[in-house]
Amino acid sequence: MIDVSLTVAGITKSFSRRAIFRDISFSLHGGDSLAITGRNGSGKSTLVKILCDVLTPTAGAVQYAIDGKNVSMESAKDQLGMVSPYLQLYDEFSGLENLELLSRIRSNNFPIDERSSEFLKLVGLWDRRKDMVRTYSSGMKQRLKYAFALLHRPLVLILDEPTSNLDAEGVDVVKSVVENQKSSGILVVATNDAMEARWCGQELQLGDQAQAELKR
Amino acid sequence: MSALSSTYALIRKDILSELRTRYALNALLMFVVTTVATILFALRSDQPTPTVLSGMYWVVIFFTAMSGLSRVFVSEEERGTTMTLQLVASPSVVYFGKLLFNVALTLSLTLAVTLLYTIVFSTSFTIQTPSIFAVTVLLGSLGFASAATIIAAIVAKANTRGTLYPVLAFPVLIVLLMTVMNATTKALDGEEFGAAMGDFQILLGYIFAMTGGSYLLFDFVWKD
Repeated sequence: MIDVSLTVAGITKSFSRRAIFRDISFSLHGGDSLAITGRNGSGKSTLVKILCDVLTPTAGAVQYAIDGKNVSMESAKDQLGMVSPYLQLYDEFSGLENLELLSRIRSNNFPIDERSSEFLKLVGLWDRRKDMVRTYSSGMKQRLKYAFALLHRPLVLILDEPTSNLDAEGVDVVKSVVENQKSSGILVVATNDAMEARWCGQELQLGDQAQAELKR
Repeated sequence: MSALSSTYALIRKDILSELRTRYALNALLMFVVTTVATILFALRSDQPTPTVLSGMYWVVIFFTAMSGLSRVFVSEEERGTTMTLQLVASPSVVYFGKLLFNVALTLSLTLAVTLLYTIVFSTSFTIQTPSIFAVTVLLGSLGFASAATIIAAIVAKANTRGTLYPVLAFPVLIVLLMTVMNATTKALDGEEFGAAMGDFQILLGYIFAMTGGSYLLFDFVWKD
């Protein structure tokens, strides 16, 4: 297993003058898994966006390290996979085209066709791979997001509401993805669902007073 | 190499997307046809001077560009795919990919306007010095695209996108507009190539300043 770590130091996020959360710190290493829980509006998705470097924290820092060496956030993104309800793929392209185009933009140097077919089969979209995403149901779009997130075999997988819109078969796929990730890297799950939170070894509870409590 | 191949892949994605959705192309083409037809009807049998014609030529390009070039970022924002791009590409790749796509779109637009203008105003829109005209169109398109791209990135994050774009763009583009109109008049008047060198220097300075400034600013605009 490649040695990967994620260190979050004193993260605070405010919108206007309202603090969403304050001074969150934790660190995760390969094999660790963390559930971020809390009521609606407690900042779970905001924290997820900060971990993925698509949102800047008001204070504090996120640092990824690979094989013991700190890496820039731009380099870290090559090792990040994310699934969330607010992440959208391109409706005007087919599922296969989405994976191919986004993989080329990411400059991945693996055989894209092989990898795409592997993950489209895993998420059960192989038969619909040439259909436009606009014709997909919300559950199928969620499955495609998993194929997109896993295509480059990320060391860090971040899931926000991981099973939203999925049927029982889809949930089983997510469970296998989660188990696989726990043995190969870092897993972060933001959820309100107690069952999903139990997938993880640690829990960060975002509270009413913009405080966070880490349970092990 | 990886930044170059990423930029190329992003441009390819945008071209394929544009060909399928016609987000910008339809708006651009309709605007060109409508404005040129309106000018034609307004002039009737009058023979406008080269100064008036070159002014109208760039006015058509300005307003058409304003209606189409913002789509590169607005369409990503509206479809919710901004975050997807943020995950797969660095800000510099996104900036240069979108800039080059807008350059291609602006060049196609100026080509379409020039063709239509030449057909409609065949008697009065005669390019006497093609070299001045070609360089003006090339540098003008680069300048338009470089300003339009960063303004589009800013506007895409705002709530009042439709009105904000031309309002923000006009003061930024006024120097460019005055210079390209001046150089186009020289091309229509049949002046020597050397007579437009001053205009070209201004255009080159504008392009470098705008692209450099935008590159430095883009990271902050794009992320939050």
